[in-house]
Amino acid sequence: MSQPAHDHSHDHHDDAHGSMQGYVIGFVLSVILTAIPFWLVMEKVISSSAMTVFVVLSIAAVQIVVHMIFFLHMNSKSEGGWTMLALIFTVVLLVIMLAGSLWVMNHLNTNMMPMSAHDMSNMP
Amino acid sequence: MSDATAFVSTDAAGNPIFHDASGDHHPENGTLLGFWLYLMSDCLIFASLFAVYGVLGHSYAAGPTGADLFDLKLVAVNTSMLLLSSITYGFAMIAMQKRRVAPVQFWLAITGLFGMAFVGLELYEFHHLIHEGAGPQRSAFLSSFFALVGTHGLHVTFGIVWLVTLMAQVGKFGLTAENQRRLMCLSMFWHFLDVIWIGVFTFVYLMGVLP
Repeated sequence: MSQPAHDHSHDHHDDAHGSMQGYVIGFVLSVILTAIPFWLVMEKVISSSAMTVFVVLSIAAVQIVVHMIFFLHMNSKSEGGWTMLALIFTVVLLVIMLAGSLWVMNHLNTNMMPMSAHDMSNMP
Repeated sequence: MSDATAFVSTDAAGNPIFHDASGDHHPENGTLLGFWLYLMSDCLIFASLFAVYGVLGHSYAAGPTGADLFDLKLVAVNTSMLLLSSITYGFAMIAMQKRRVAPVQFWLAITGLFGMAFVGLELYEFHHLIHEGAGPQRSAFLSSFFALVGTHGLHVTFGIVWLVTLMAQVGKFGLTAENQRRLMCLSMFWHFLDVIWIGVFTFVYLMGVLP
């Protein structure tokens, strides 16, 4: 029951495996993007913690994109765009899950924490 | 069974043969898309573990905090192990493209060694923490820490098992189309774990030691 006409040979989408150049660029970028946040935190370069968190998180986001492009070979065309669509859907769920959990639980935490007698006396 | 796009005929033995007359395009390799969908669902598992850690990460129960426990130098070494294993897996994939078995096996072995070094260092860290009385039962912070980092470590461990299995497969059967597909799936899995680790070292370790 073979259908030679539809047997997609593995040869004509070899570019999906990436090239040496792509891997090396991705690796160098990753090393830089890993070294910077470790350096920032270990040497306490930025005095403000909030600022450090912001910078470190931004660099992590950039590094994730670098990995997606150079190591996982994400692009809008692979598998007819379905991988990208699945990724976008996952990112949406991820944001809802993370932001929602943190937001809701933080509110609950603030309202449910055992309060001191002083706090209680100020309650309405 | 016939519709507008499929024609059916029978072969000599009477088995039906289905012809895709319209030549509609299937994805070029359904397995890779399916595996990608698995990775995305795995991503959601990690997202919930990250959310748990985000919620409980400051509930120290008067126990040790991240700043007391985490050794960033060890984490930096660990991170470089995983990053190096990513590029060596990339080399294996390039060797696979050139259909050269020996370099594929060599780079897979190096990748496995880096992976084992990663897991070894993580086990050493866990052992050290538990030895210090900072085990998962100490506080909500440590429970969520062990759940998140441990799940990632388990993924890497099973990745290594898979990698060794594939080395045996490639050794026995060579770079057949099936083995190439399997190697590509493991490639996605391995790089995906590295992506998760970026989140772990940033969100857990680096942000954990900040005052």
